[in-house]
Amino acid sequence: MEQPKPFLEIRNLTTVFDTDAGQVKAVNDLSLVVPEGKALGVVGESGSGKSVMSMSILRLVREPGRIAAGEILMGGEDILKLSEKALRRIRGNRISMIFQEPMTSLNPVFTVGEQIAEAYQVHQGMRKSKALERSVDMLRQVGIPSPEKRARQYPFELSGGMRQRVMIAMALACNPSLLIADEPTTALDVTIQAQILDLIKSLQTELNMSVIMITHNLGVVAETCDYVAVMYCGKVVEYADVETLFREPKHPYTLGLFNSLPRHDEDRDELIAIQGAVPNPTNLPTGCTFAPRCPDARPLCEQEAPALLDQDDNTQVRCWKFTEKWQETVENT
Amino acid sequence: MFKFIVRRFLQTIPVVIGVTLLVFSLMHFIPGDPAQIMAGETAPPEQVERMRERLGLNDPVYVQYGRYVTNLLQGDMGQSIRSSRNVLDEIRPRFWITVKLALYSTILSVFIGLIAGVFSAVRRYGLADTTIMIIALFGLSMPNFWLGLMLIQFFSIELSLLPPSGWGTWQQTILPVITLGTAGAAIIARVTRASMLEVINQDYVRTARAKGLSERVVIYKHALKNAMIPVITVVGLELGVLLSGTVLTETVFSINGMGRLVIHAISSRDFPVVQGVVLIFALMFVLVNFLVDVSYRYFNKRVDYN
Repeated sequence: MEQPKPFLEIRNLTTVFDTDAGQVKAVNDLSLVVPEGKALGVVGESGSGKSVMSMSILRLVREPGRIAAGEILMGGEDILKLSEKALRRIRGNRISMIFQEPMTSLNPVFTVGEQIAEAYQVHQGMRKSKALERSVDMLRQVGIPSPEKRARQYPFELSGGMRQRVMIAMALACNPSLLIADEPTTALDVTIQAQILDLIKSLQTELNMSVIMITHNLGVVAETCDYVAVMYCGKVVEYADVETLFREPKHPYTLGLFNSLPRHDEDRDELIAIQGAVPNPTNLPTGCTFAPRCPDARPLCEQEAPALLDQDDNTQVRCWKFTEKWQETVENT
Repeated sequence: MFKFIVRRFLQTIPVVIGVTLLVFSLMHFIPGDPAQIMAGETAPPEQVERMRERLGLNDPVYVQYGRYVTNLLQGDMGQSIRSSRNVLDEIRPRFWITVKLALYSTILSVFIGLIAGVFSAVRRYGLADTTIMIIALFGLSMPNFWLGLMLIQFFSIELSLLPPSGWGTWQQTILPVITLGTAGAAIIARVTRASMLEVINQDYVRTARAKGLSERVVIYKHALKNAMIPVITVVGLELGVLLSGTVLTETVFSINGMGRLVIHAISSRDFPVVQGVVLIFALMFVLVNFLVDVSYRYFNKRVDYN
């Protein structure tokens, strides 16, 4: 596998939430490369920090959350250091985002045309009438039938799948270099899910965009992504290209995810679940955060946290099993 | 939208009919014989009988109501007992004074209330928020006649800045409008704040930010328009309260509006005038409700009265 050229580089990002129960590190010293023109899948359970990570990129994290440390580099510029004004020029323009809930992510009191047009007005200084024309083109591009009529309708007049298409049209209006899709299909039914994924995939190739696809669904990753980052407790535990990850998952957590998938070729009464639960985020274990649930855990795992290390096949894994230290402990026992 | 307005307007017709029925019944709910009261306590029976005949009180009730409505439609509200003038002529010069007073007060309370409410919501739990909410609590708790008296005491008597009474010049407008508008501003500020706090965390507000819009556009366009529905309800209700509030305010500031007219009419048992003013107030309330519903529709296209 060749090393991808980075479009965006997240370095040691920490995003915390100050709660009454203590500080929660939703994203914990996370580093990640978003390759240019490729789709990166980010997988993990609920609460693994995927969404917070993606919102941190556009600095959309709201009180009581805040970005505590790190750098997010785009073309040598740190997004986290930009002024509000400079940041606004990136939002919806170079980096766009679509959200999980198409039902509530559109403003109920404006027509969908107006909402798409806003992107043109704010980033390209277009007049409203021109911007509205362009938004009709955009609706056509994302496969909405009779776009002229739809543009004049309000979100409540559209189905869920339609609304997600509108969100995509809005996100793609200014030809972004990076599209962040935060579980774009979770709220939709299965047939519509496939359509939306196909749409994102084809637009990505057509426009040569980078995509971050946040999902908890490995099937979605297999279908749409080129690279995958597996997240656990606010950290990346495994990073690989899709083929390698599906052929040879390394981290015990990734293995657990694969094992818990329902399979057609096996006669099983019960699905296999990963033992235990995600640890209390206010009180993370000192060693590897996955150790309490890991079938392979050794004393070493509970004492010291492993680092995300490069492997021979150009993948990265955060697990003691893939270090020399592990060999030593095996020999010692 | 046009169809909606027409339909909603048609719905006011039964309400207006109900209003005329109620106002008409006023005469009949008055304890004692209206003819006796109008002719005077000591009037001889023949005079009372003549009065009864003049008022048509010997006819069946439905005939009387029919006549009342027919007269109304011709703009005839009867004659004032006190001045013998046509009731409509009594009301007409005072009508606009009261409407202006109510309208200016509403504009003041909406303007101040919205700004203060949004400001408070954006700076939730901050010093500004707390201060605004405490002021609002005071504004809400003060009876408006008392506030009026205090304003006169301070601005007219102590500082001699503004006239204590009358209506016509802009100086005479300030104190009554503040008196009447303060409570409304306070309520609108509180409702706006609560409504904004709810809206500000909605997904579509995040979408607006993610689009690259400035915080000002996000708050005042995307959030506020959604937060307006409960605010409009309150504005509509407040306007009703305000109309009745004019009665007290006009009395305190000796403004010759409908409020003061009705007070005088009540104390001199001038029932046709009372009827006339009550009818006008009721119709204004119907009109305000109609406008509120139309603006609901403007702010939320899902609203549909079928």
